[in-house]
Amino acid sequence: MENSSLWSDAIYRLSRNKAAMFGGMVLIVLIILAIFAPFIAPYSYSFQDLNLGASPPSSDHLLGTDILGRDLLSRILYGARISLLVGFVATGVALIIGVSWGIVAGYIGGRVDTIMMRIVDVLYGLPFIIFIILLMVIFGRNLWLLFGAIGAVEWLTMARIVRGQVIGLKNQEFVLAAKAMGVSNFSMFRRHLLPNILGPIAVYATLTIPQVMLLEGFLSFLGLGIQPPMSSWGTLIKDGVESMEEYSWLLIYPGITFTITLFALNFFGDGLRDALDPKTSDN
Amino acid sequence: MLSIFFKRIILAIPVLFAVATITFFLIKIAPGGPFDADKAVSPQVLKNLNEAYNLDASNWEQYLDYMSGLIRGDLGPSFRFPGRSVTEMISTGLPITFELAIYAILIALFMGVLSGVLAALKRNTALDFIPMAVAMIGICVPTFLMGPLLVLIFGINLELLPVSGWGQLPGDKILPSLTLGFAYAAYIARLSRGGMLEVLNQDFIRTARAKGLSERMVVIKHAMQGGLIPVVSFLGPAIAGLLAGSFVVETIFQIPGLGRFYVEAAFNRDYTMILGTTIFFSAMIVFFNLLSDLAALWLNPRSRDA
Repeated sequence: MENSSLWSDAIYRLSRNKAAMFGGMVLIVLIILAIFAPFIAPYSYSFQDLNLGASPPSSDHLLGTDILGRDLLSRILYGARISLLVGFVATGVALIIGVSWGIVAGYIGGRVDTIMMRIVDVLYGLPFIIFIILLMVIFGRNLWLLFGAIGAVEWLTMARIVRGQVIGLKNQEFVLAAKAMGVSNFSMFRRHLLPNILGPIAVYATLTIPQVMLLEGFLSFLGLGIQPPMSSWGTLIKDGVESMEEYSWLLIYPGITFTITLFALNFFGDGLRDALDPKTSDN
Repeated sequence: MLSIFFKRIILAIPVLFAVATITFFLIKIAPGGPFDADKAVSPQVLKNLNEAYNLDASNWEQYLDYMSGLIRGDLGPSFRFPGRSVTEMISTGLPITFELAIYAILIALFMGVLSGVLAALKRNTALDFIPMAVAMIGICVPTFLMGPLLVLIFGINLELLPVSGWGQLPGDKILPSLTLGFAYAAYIARLSRGGMLEVLNQDFIRTARAKGLSERMVVIKHAMQGGLIPVVSFLGPAIAGLLAGSFVVETIFQIPGLGRFYVEAAFNRDYTMILGTTIFFSAMIVFFNLLSDLAALWLNPRSRDA
């Protein structure tokens, strides 16, 4: 019962936070647009109107066309699918690794904990961006590898947060009671520990998504991420930069879309954090 | 203090060793040799090349060879630029990247600390809201978008500043440094505001005020020392971010620094260059993390004796 009241309290506080609600709304709209992109987009993402070339926004092409005569609005909508997909899937990968690592380290404790967290400390200090580039170079620029590589980088903070939470829970009566009843480690993790740390996990996951999207954008911008003809917002920005002198709209519209999305995610994540843990709302 | 320093250095050595080893073998399993690019080479030439670069030795021998070179600071020859060694290329690119990073950090510290401290002192006024809103923009607009936008505005539309190069035209260092510094200014502003708010409520600040110190002295001598610890701890990890930022900024502004060498090496599959720079970057980041941890420790009187 206490669990449900924590969440309903949080939802109430979240609904009072205008910036967070706005962020959430933008996200829902974006997700719907991304899912239904094939039905909404006026053109296919690869359809070329060879008569046009790069044309400024017009009634036929609301955001104009790129140098190959492709409709920019459609490309942004299809790009949303890739960018959001990378954001969610890579965050999912980070969640799975980070949460399992943190729960095991925190719950088992002792030497296992020391070794596991020392590994996290060491990995924290390494230039992961370089390893992602290295992996992309060696194994080719594959979408799934990109998900895995980004996820494998972003789990570290999650592991630390989860471990801290689990250590706080470990000696509480309900955990001790469950242990006394002979509950196995696995169901202890799943039934007793995990539900009690969902709050911080949700908050951190929401704040990881924009990080991941930035990373994907960064790689695609360098030409090491998503490869044509597929396009993410990062590749659209890259293409926009190449022709920004003559056709500035090719940079500006994808840029605005990307920035608004990052804003929305950050506002929503901050709001969620404040809602679930009113104590930290000051920072 | 000193013992922590040595402990951390001793810990860093095996880490860097592991990084070098893993990177070396990752590159060995990469498909394609270094010489099967553009045009096919005759078998005899290929054999000679392999011999010259010691590529026909066993992996293990090559590894030992590379490692012993590494200890002497020799990172091997570049596969793409015959006659140039990786160490040489790093030493030409590094000063440029270093200069860029220094400017960026200085801009970030100046803008960030100033606006963060002011925001904390004038909490809930326009001086708090406006810089923090700008900081939010700085965090959400990625470097690879900020750079081109600055170029578009100041370089192309207003024609105020050069759009590329480094040290060739007057003022061509401004836009790259601003681009790289802005994102960090935003983080630093948020961190210093948070840190200052926490410190300003503490008893020793009240004591300092009670004994009649001017507000200026209270802020500068007492509050900032503690309030800026988060900023100092952030600087270490920020170096890693600056590195990634330098990849982007040096690509946008066509600056011949280490970051651009790395990205080009990644495109050209110049494996020795990738290997060498990866090890070098790792060593640098481990070192700067160590430095910022120590500085943060030193600033915090509670941990100074430990």
